Amino acid sequence: MAYIKIKRPRLGLFEKLYLPALIKGLRITLGHAISTLRGKKRETMQYPEEKWDDNMPEHYRGAPALVTDEQGRERCVACQLCEFICPPRAITILPEEIPTEDKWAKVEKRPRKFEIDMIRCIYCGLCEEVCPEQAIFLRKDYAITGLTREDMVHDKEKLYEIGGVRTGLVNKWNELK
Amino acid sequence: MDLFTFLSSSVMVLVVFTIVLTLVPISVYLERRVSAVIQDRLGPNRVGLPLTLFGAKKDFHLFGLFQPAADGIKLFLKEDHTPAHVNKFYFILAPALVMVPALLSAAVIPFGSTMDMPFFEGRQVQLAVANVDIGPLLIFAIASLTVYGIVIAGWASNSRYPFLGGVRSSAQMISYEICLGLSIIPVLLYFGDLNLGRIADQQSRDGWLLLPIAFGGDGPVVDWRTLLLLPTLLIAFIIFTVSLFAETNRAPFDLPECETELVSGYHTEYSSMKFALFFMGEYAAMVVGSALIVTLFFGGWALPFGLDNLIRDPATGAFPWWASLMHMGVFLTKVIGFIVFFIWVRWTVPRFRYDQLMKLGWVVFFELALANILLAAILIAIFG
Repeated sequence: MAYIKIKRPRLGLFEKLYLPALIKGLRITLGHAISTLRGKKRETMQYPEEKWDDNMPEHYRGAPALVTDEQGRERCVACQLCEFICPPRAITILPEEIPTEDKWAKVEKRPRKFEIDMIRCIYCGLCEEVCPEQAIFLRKDYAITGLTREDMVHDKEKLYEIGGVRTGLVNKWNELK
Repeated sequence: MDLFTFLSSSVMVLVVFTIVLTLVPISVYLERRVSAVIQDRLGPNRVGLPLTLFGAKKDFHLFGLFQPAADGIKLFLKEDHTPAHVNKFYFILAPALVMVPALLSAAVIPFGSTMDMPFFEGRQVQLAVANVDIGPLLIFAIASLTVYGIVIAGWASNSRYPFLGGVRSSAQMISYEICLGLSIIPVLLYFGDLNLGRIADQQSRDGWLLLPIAFGGDGPVVDWRTLLLLPTLLIAFIIFTVSLFAETNRAPFDLPECETELVSGYHTEYSSMKFALFFMGEYAAMVVGSALIVTLFFGGWALPFGLDNLIRDPATGAFPWWASLMHMGVFLTKVIGFIVFFIWVRWTVPRFRYDQLMKLGWVVFFELALANILLAAILIAIFG
């Protein structure tokens, strides 16, 4: 082992006395206190009055949701890829065949039940990434609350309500999310 | 002792007790708000009067002034858990031993000037519980008992971190008690008195110790003798203040509870009201310490520049009752100002290392205090 000699900075008399440095420090904290009191600087967001909504970063990953396309067709084809990739196994899908008299019979499959347990969800975004049909997206909803465990499970209806309509080909790298 | 003295003393005991116990939650509140603004935050600003519970349109927030009450209720309702491995008798005794000395030492502090009683012709009342002639000595004697509370808490908890905290605090408090006692000897030499009431009274005539300018008195506006002594008094003030920080276990000397190393030191095993007693004891010690500094160096209840000379009764030296109550307000303002200073320092200076703390106490302050005493004694002997 070689020795490495670290050169310590030489302290001047003022620094050795400690008191001037202390006063300097007190001045800095006082400056912060004054600027906070005058309302110039403030890190705290007063939650119920001010919300994240306006300050949400572009890449924010919130609640996952299903979307319909411009013709009102649900994009999900119940391939169950998201169910399989979901690390905390929050997604439960029950697929069903689309009956032949239906307008979208050629799509063949759709989910009868699509549930995401928001207690389990870790907002990793793998479901969005794996979806071949661009049917599931992570939205910016973050205030997901409920009084019971059942409340916290988002069913299909709720997922479409959050997701809304998506028109055209929506790629993950598109501006709109 | 006649009935009047007995009654007035009893009332004073109640008043002082109330003042100290009220200042404790106020300083906790200030601690949270001041630390918040220093860190660009807001701090607790919601807890006020919950008027919406009684059908009103809006709550009354009061800048969150009721936060300490909420904290207190929380602590009161928590489970009072006594671990199985502790020494029960001492475990229960220790919090009381921290709280009691802090309250006891408030007895000798003059909270206001000598008051001419209304409705009782010719009666005068000292606004202090005990106006004894050994003020500072009594405070030091009683305050040194606090260390027993902390050491016993550390020992009785029968676990490592509290034990380390207790050991640290005993070494720290005993070391800094020496500096604390030695540092104010120049001040006592200057006043030639140990009675805190008379010390404050003298400062109301001649101006504060660290601001020795007085108008309207018998003497000159600026006392040259005091100005000559001012450097030694300033050194005494600095040593005394820093030692008081160490003595009350406040940051930057809060090594006994140093949460980064010792979880929370000597009160790790405590919960509920027993913890609250430690907490209140620490803040009460801070309140009494601030009161002592204010009394010794910043005129106690006195207004600056000897303004009290204008309202004083020249014959008896007492004040009308309204002036005395105003003096009480002045004193509390100064004390709260000093508490804010304590908090300000806490959120500015990082914690000392233990060897640095010991070195500062024994190598720097001890010698400096001794040299300061010598210097002050020589100056007083020549010019006094």
